[in-house]
Amino acid sequence: MDIFELTIGQLANQLKAGTVSSVEATKAMLERIEAVEPRVGSFITVTPESALAEAEAADRRIAAGDAHMLTGVPLALKDIFLTEGIRTTCGSRILHNFIPPYSATAWERLRGCGSVLLGKLNQDEFAMGSSNESSAFGVTRNPWDITRIPGGSSGGSAAAIAARQATATLGTDTGGSIRQPSSHCGCVGLKPTYGRVSRYGVIAFASSLDQVGPITRDVTDCAIMLGAIAGHDPKDSTSINTPVPDYTAALTGDVKGLKIGLPKEYYIDGLDRDVQAAMDRAIETYRRLGAEFVEISLPHTDYAVATYYLIATAEASSNLARYDGVRFGHRSPQAAGLIDMMTKSRSEGFGAEVKRRIMLGTYALSSGYYDAYYVKAQKVRTLIMGDFTRAFEAVDAILTPVAPTPAFKIGEMVDDPLQMYLSDIFTIPVNLAGTCAMSVPAGFSASGLPIGLQLIGKPFGEETILRAGHAFEQATEWHTRKAEI
Amino acid sequence: MKFQPVIGLEVHAQLKTGSKIFCGCSTAFGSEPNSQTCPVCLGMPGALPVLNKKVVEFAIRAGLATNCTIAHHSVFARKNYFYPDLPKGYQISQFEEPICRKGWLDIQVEGQEVKRIGITRIHMEEDAGKLVHGDVPGLDDGSGVDLNRSCTPLLEIVSEPDLRSSDEAVAYLKQLHRIVTWLGICDGNMEEGSFRCDANVSVMPVGSDTLGTRAEIKNVNSFKFVKQAIEYEIQRQIDLIEDGGTVVQETRLFDPNSGTTRSMRSKEEAHDYRYFPDPDLVPLVIGADWVQHAQKELPELPEHRQQRFITELGLPEYDAEVLTASRELADYFEECVAFHHNAKAVSNWLMGEVTRSLNDSGTAIEACPVTPRQLAELLKLIDTGAISVKIAKTVFEEMWKNGGEPQAIVEKQGLAQVSDSGEIEAIIDGIIAANAAQVEEFRGGKEKVFGFFVGQVMKASKGKANPAVVNELLLTKLKGP
Ligand SMILES: [Zn+2]
Repeated sequence: MDIFELTIGQLANQLKAGTVSSVEATKAMLERIEAVEPRVGSFITVTPESALAEAEAADRRIAAGDAHMLTGVPLALKDIFLTEGIRTTCGSRILHNFIPPYSATAWERLRGCGSVLLGKLNQDEFAMGSSNESSAFGVTRNPWDITRIPGGSSGGSAAAIAARQATATLGTDTGGSIRQPSSHCGCVGLKPTYGRVSRYGVIAFASSLDQVGPITRDVTDCAIMLGAIAGHDPKDSTSINTPVPDYTAALTGDVKGLKIGLPKEYYIDGLDRDVQAAMDRAIETYRRLGAEFVEISLPHTDYAVATYYLIATAEASSNLARYDGVRFGHRSPQAAGLIDMMTKSRSEGFGAEVKRRIMLGTYALSSGYYDAYYVKAQKVRTLIMGDFTRAFEAVDAILTPVAPTPAFKIGEMVDDPLQMYLSDIFTIPVNLAGTCAMSVPAGFSASGLPIGLQLIGKPFGEETILRAGHAFEQATEWHTRKAEI
Repeated sequence: MKFQPVIGLEVHAQLKTGSKIFCGCSTAFGSEPNSQTCPVCLGMPGALPVLNKKVVEFAIRAGLATNCTIAHHSVFARKNYFYPDLPKGYQISQFEEPICRKGWLDIQVEGQEVKRIGITRIHMEEDAGKLVHGDVPGLDDGSGVDLNRSCTPLLEIVSEPDLRSSDEAVAYLKQLHRIVTWLGICDGNMEEGSFRCDANVSVMPVGSDTLGTRAEIKNVNSFKFVKQAIEYEIQRQIDLIEDGGTVVQETRLFDPNSGTTRSMRSKEEAHDYRYFPDPDLVPLVIGADWVQHAQKELPELPEHRQQRFITELGLPEYDAEVLTASRELADYFEECVAFHHNAKAVSNWLMGEVTRSLNDSGTAIEACPVTPRQLAELLKLIDTGAISVKIAKTVFEEMWKNGGEPQAIVEKQGLAQVSDSGEIEAIIDGIIAANAAQVEEFRGGKEKVFGFFVGQVMKASKGKANPAVVNELLLTKLKGP
């Protein structure tokens, strides 16, 4: 098997055994990136020199017997994570030349484990989008069918896993941005509970919804990555100070007696036939493994998308105010005076989707509309949280599709943003509720496109969904299929 | 028509926390531009605020000292607007749910009754940075942003529009200034902007209960300017109305050079700040025990102490007010009184000799080279008649310059007062003998000459003769046998 095919678990064993070095693994990855990148386009920045230097350091650490599972493992990060000294663009022209002076906590922790950074991955601009088409650095293509989108906004992070360009990656999930591209690209993607992973050094889209999580080849890798990045960070007031469990120890393969909820609001007419079929098969698999199914209700589901687009855009309109051309990033060269400079810099720097959302959010917060939109949305959000709290009194996990359809064609929905917003209909409620959820490969469409299932867990119930996802993976072979690229 | 001014003050007090409100950077004044910054106060992408607990403690202290209710649950909000010295594009402040509400302060303008001024709210917020124009190497004629001040912790203390004159406004401001410095939460330095105020001024016809349109005068930073600015603004508004015009709601700037205010921006250009709860900061929950603890730790407040100086120590009102201008001065006074129970004498010396020496040398009372105990010893020497007040001043000067105990200085320099009547008599006899003409004048009824004799005797005794003894003996001798 080629080195670039290995999971974290497999590579770590080989590194430890000395049958492969981190430098060899890193070189293999860099070659793979070079080979497939023209077709996939998942990277914005590749950092071969620093990667090889880090790999050498990792090899020394392994030789000294001081290795973590992730020591010497080549990873890549969504370009939303700040990396000291390495250009960080967030997929935006306004940050095209931005080199941060510090690194995100999540990456600091992986680096502390001795991981190797291959580069920075493409994404929708400021994580706004469901297709990875809004990046200022061009589209990323789905490795399973390069005429299709990889999903968004962590599309680069998922495509890089599917195209075997990195052993594991990190993404961020504000309304489904880890789970939806993972589903479209046949990867495992986990959105942890809000506050489980520090957001420090992650460029904010919507602060109360954003959460960092891994995208990997399998559930085991997902558990390893989460274990490395989770935990309280004194630099993030919203990160929660509870102990980090051993997530890999949770992967027992046993789901006997596990109560899984099926929300009736999610299994609606009009759900793509292939997606419905994959869900039916998944339910069957779990039944065979001894899990029990309960029909549940999440009655405010219908309001989730509208609520999300008010809260997320309101927060984004404020979070993105710092990109004004004054201190860093793009500054319009031809501006007369201060206001003109700020206006032009922002007009030139931001793309259409970002501008659309800034305007929506500004409107939702403006005086006279604040109560009607923002405050009301917060109230509905509380109701949605209540839905999940009640549901989890009866069940251990909830099973739903990740997306209503498999990956659509590039350009297909560009002119219909509202339709595109609806593609996150199954993932958004989880962010509003602040709980955790994971996408696991669960089948393929008739045309050979991956389909993922979503396992939603209680707040800080990552162990349960990892266990359930792992058991499903053991019982099926969907995750072993490879994209031909 | 007669007009009644209505004034409300918004005071910004910079907190003496040492580090900033949402990061660990220093708040020291006057450093190299941008030398006290980090990703958080620079507003870098990805940076997140973490609340400094000391700021909360200071806010609670301020709230308790101004009779406010401390909110169990308060929220930080974002105030959104664009300005180059505002790095995040929003300022973190408190809006709908501030930490303190509904307090009051009592003020007194000379010759008037004590008046209670309502405090609407006190909230915590961060300061912005500042723009520098040209005067930095490498800037040429451009402008730069210095973010050392960004994220500096401020308390905004908002009064009710209860003030009715510039004198009341100044009295309120002074009272507030005394409290925040007394509590040790603000250095009160108005020149450096640590304590500054915005004044909302309107006028309405006497007898009316409808408030007039108000103008806000921004960032006035001395008591004198506050008085000037308010007085100018009141007159401007009255003149405007009397000329048939109307006052517009606007923000105005005070120009200390001309003593006038001028329009900065009008309501039409006013911002919609789009306040909303900051999702990066969880709501601040303050338990009752925290407030109780703060209450217990609160020092005796200046007003209370001032009152106690009057009732317990019998000081005149004026003295009590002067001595409670700062906690350090009041502490010094009380320590001194503990050693020497003549409170009025201590007060006189503190307000006179001590203050003069402090001012002349630019020394703070905390650094006074003469300790309260030493001053007390000195005053005891006066009271026992060991030295005269005049000699005491000489001794004080020596203590200030070279240190030492008063008794020792008196002995070493032979300054002890002479009360021995024999010794004084001898001097008097000599003086009377040498000034026969003046003796005649006195005996002829010109009593003013008496002073001449006293002066001569004191001179001859090098100031050491006990004046009471001198007076008595001199009178007897001059009146003749
Ligand atoms: Zn700082």
